[in-house]
Amino acid sequence: MLVSMSINGQTHSHDVEPRMLLVHYIREMAELHGTHWGCDTSNCGICVVLMDGDPIKSCTTLAAMAEGHEITTVEGLEKNGVLDPIQQGFHEMHALQCGFCTPGMMVTGRALIDQHPNPTQMTDYEIREAISGGLCRCTGYVNIVKAIRWAAAYEAAAATGGN
Amino acid sequence: MATETAPGKMATWLEDAKGEVQDAPIGYGRMKRKEDARFIRGKGNYLDDVRLPGMVHGAILRSPYGHARILSIDTSKALAHPKVAAVVIAKDLETLGLAWMPTISYDTQAVLAGDKVRFHMQEVAFVVALDAYSAQDALALIEVEYEVLPAIVNARKAMDADAPLIRDDKVGQTNNLASPTWEAGDKAATDRVFAEADTIVTRDIIDPRVHPSPMETCGMVADMNPETGQLNIYNGNQAPHAHRTVYAQVAGLPEHRIRILCNDIGGGFGNKVPVYPGYVCAIAGSIVAGAPVKWIEDRSENLVSTGFARDYIMQSQMCAKGGKITGLRVDVLADHGAFDSTAQPTKFPAGFFHIVTGSYDLDAAHCTVTAVYTNKAPGGVAYRCSFRITEAVYLVERMVEALAWEMNVDPIELRMRSFIRPEQFPYETATGWTYDSGDYHKTMKVAMEIAGYDQLRQEQQEKAAKGEIMGIGIAFFTEGVGAGPRKHMDILGLAMNDGADLRVHPSGKAVVSISAQTQGQGHETTFAQIVAEELGISPNDITVRHGDTDKTPYGLGTYGSRSTPVSGGAVAVVSRKVRDKARLIAARMLETRPEDLAWEKGRWYVRGDQSKGAAIEDIAEYSYSGSPMPEGLEGGLDAQAVYDPPNLTYPYGAYIAVVDIDPGTGHVHCRRFIAVDDCGVRINPMVVDGQIHGGLTEGVGQALMELISFDEQGNCVNASFMDYLLPTALECPEFELGETVTPCPHHPIGAKGVGESPCVGSPPCITNAVIDGLRVHTQGRVRHMDMPCNPARTWAAMQGNAAPPQ
Repeated sequence: MLVSMSINGQTHSHDVEPRMLLVHYIREMAELHGTHWGCDTSNCGICVVLMDGDPIKSCTTLAAMAEGHEITTVEGLEKNGVLDPIQQGFHEMHALQCGFCTPGMMVTGRALIDQHPNPTQMTDYEIREAISGGLCRCTGYVNIVKAIRWAAAYEAAAATGGN
Repeated sequence: MATETAPGKMATWLEDAKGEVQDAPIGYGRMKRKEDARFIRGKGNYLDDVRLPGMVHGAILRSPYGHARILSIDTSKALAHPKVAAVVIAKDLETLGLAWMPTISYDTQAVLAGDKVRFHMQEVAFVVALDAYSAQDALALIEVEYEVLPAIVNARKAMDADAPLIRDDKVGQTNNLASPTWEAGDKAATDRVFAEADTIVTRDIIDPRVHPSPMETCGMVADMNPETGQLNIYNGNQAPHAHRTVYAQVAGLPEHRIRILCNDIGGGFGNKVPVYPGYVCAIAGSIVAGAPVKWIEDRSENLVSTGFARDYIMQSQMCAKGGKITGLRVDVLADHGAFDSTAQPTKFPAGFFHIVTGSYDLDAAHCTVTAVYTNKAPGGVAYRCSFRITEAVYLVERMVEALAWEMNVDPIELRMRSFIRPEQFPYETATGWTYDSGDYHKTMKVAMEIAGYDQLRQEQQEKAAKGEIMGIGIAFFTEGVGAGPRKHMDILGLAMNDGADLRVHPSGKAVVSISAQTQGQGHETTFAQIVAEELGISPNDITVRHGDTDKTPYGLGTYGSRSTPVSGGAVAVVSRKVRDKARLIAARMLETRPEDLAWEKGRWYVRGDQSKGAAIEDIAEYSYSGSPMPEGLEGGLDAQAVYDPPNLTYPYGAYIAVVDIDPGTGHVHCRRFIAVDDCGVRINPMVVDGQIHGGLTEGVGQALMELISFDEQGNCVNASFMDYLLPTALECPEFELGETVTPCPHHPIGAKGVGESPCVGSPPCITNAVIDGLRVHTQGRVRHMDMPCNPARTWAAMQGNAAPPQ
């Protein structure tokens, strides 16, 4: 079946088996390897991408379900050679080690900041709950929480001309 | 020294993109990681990212039974599938001589089961198809007829007279004993100490079967070139050079025609140490199909069939006299699963378990370990652990706590009285280890201070009066990491040494090649910092090369916290060799004698005239130029080294956990966790703290959530992350870290390993906290439970019905 969607602002259209998972569509059809696969059961969050701005698990989403939607993957974060503050925050705060869960964690953090009414006032619990759909075996989450907070603070400062 | 970029300021990493220099320490100190650049852009190169021309895909058919005889296998329907290239079963492997493979412990393991399946999800057939979905489809077309046999899933029943014989493939094997009983320590002396003791506690303590579960599962792309006989292997493993040697031996291939490429690895934690049957299948598949074969296991395959950890049943007694601990004895029943592939140095069949005397100055100790076969997956890998030290520390720290409450002494007080004292180092333990250095009392006090220990005990009493359950747990661990000295330690005859090759280029920039294999530990940054510290070159000007057996020196890889202790030693030594060579060249450049030169970071200068000197980059340029070299010295500025550590390094730490337990549900919440680690000199404190955070989290998981269990038929019932629970951000506390620094006296840079320490210290710490809470809540009636302290098990323990994990 023909499945079309926008990934990071680019239209992709491919003839695929109806059973093809979105994670495989992104990796094999769109050839974007930054989105990883981890568990098949929606438990690990390695495969998280944004669909119309909301985090979803692409290992339990059929490619066909993304028909006509806007998908954002880790490759869509950096714009015009400038890192997204969430990427910068992960680097600044040592929020990644092996890097395998990092794309899913970063887009989740991006969505949290985008959807929070007051990102600089997020509680630790809010951040921890937002990323609790993902597993990280390396960092203990401490620095991921800090990284998301760093990005929120960076954006707030940039918005007020504090740069 | 680099600092965190303040929010709102221009970030250093963006400046890098414009070609400006990052503010980095020339040596040790906090430095953001060089490897992050690709990972934060989604440009890592993990196994599933490997794409080769003509590549086909493999999948494994696995046993639905724990123990069954294979009566027939019919692959005809699968072979008729239009997209299937090959189906391989045991008899096909026999013609290639690959039906069985040696394990790390000198046992043999079936690559594909031919006679019997011996554990649930054992490998039975390998399908090669044009795409991954078709390979899975074809598995369903293979028909296997089984005769189901009774399964043994409880190690205590493995030696029963009527137990079915699991390893009937082994000539002379008449029971389910996996290896002869192994012992350490002095039994007679230990018996005497116990006879004279004031207090003795007895416990059966189980360190249950768990699984390391890296987020990237295991797999391989095998690419055998039929024209040249060259075998390229893409495979995320923790010991690429050792794997290459094993493949050469197993497949009879010339070692120089095997190249292993470990690109980026999504975590290992011991799970990626062994050679798995799937790897041999992928190689065989590539030989049969004449094309590169990619095989990547799914999560269930990883959880159920690859290297488990622990599974030790430990019967133990600890005794005290005169208010301090004097003796320990422990008899272990080890469950090795269907094939003995436990990971440890060859001369240590129970790994380093006999470090079980912990941090205490005991009069005597004795331990035995008996290993049996069961119908469970093989493994016995060191899950973020140095060869069974996690089990040893779990045992001793649980026993100390039990003994303290039996003596009615505060558990920290009993530890303080019994610790090895600073002046006793180097200290010979009752079981034969030589601890290098330490000041345990100091580290314990730092932890007490951060925790506010006395106030915590007071708070606990106040909460108890209100019916609330609060528990405080302690653990003080000593680890032995960095295996190891070649006179004592080898794996399959390979000395546990590591190599390093350092080349300083004419411009003064350098490449250091190492045999350690990062799985996220940050080697590309920290090893550059070691060279930077030794030579005064910016770490940004040093590339760390690893993960390619054709281009890196031989060594045994990364596990058992050996990267910094062994490979880090090699990098320091090779840097000093380069520095020594630079001195000879500098003497020629400065027209003086080498002995008249002194070193400051980055340059040799003439003693007494600091203005006259040669910087390392000038020396490098000279060494490659047409200028004359000193007599007898070759041009260029490079060196090689192989580091043979004189001893293990012995990091240690004091941990305190605070838990709240719901009296109605048994749910345990780890409210605080204080970790004070002493790992000697810290190369990059940011990376060290990150390692500690991660290890503590894995400890939280093991203490509260993780368990691989089986039903009576031999089915593993934790085949997905729905049933094998790992901690998320909500289960983990905000870890409170502290440090003391006692440099390792025998290591070139005074460092000890740290990656595994937090995973060793935290399981007993949290379990002790849970038991402490239940003890206070039940007025001392509850004094024991085994991990995992999940709600059901904790609630049962609270009612006085603690049950062993099964």
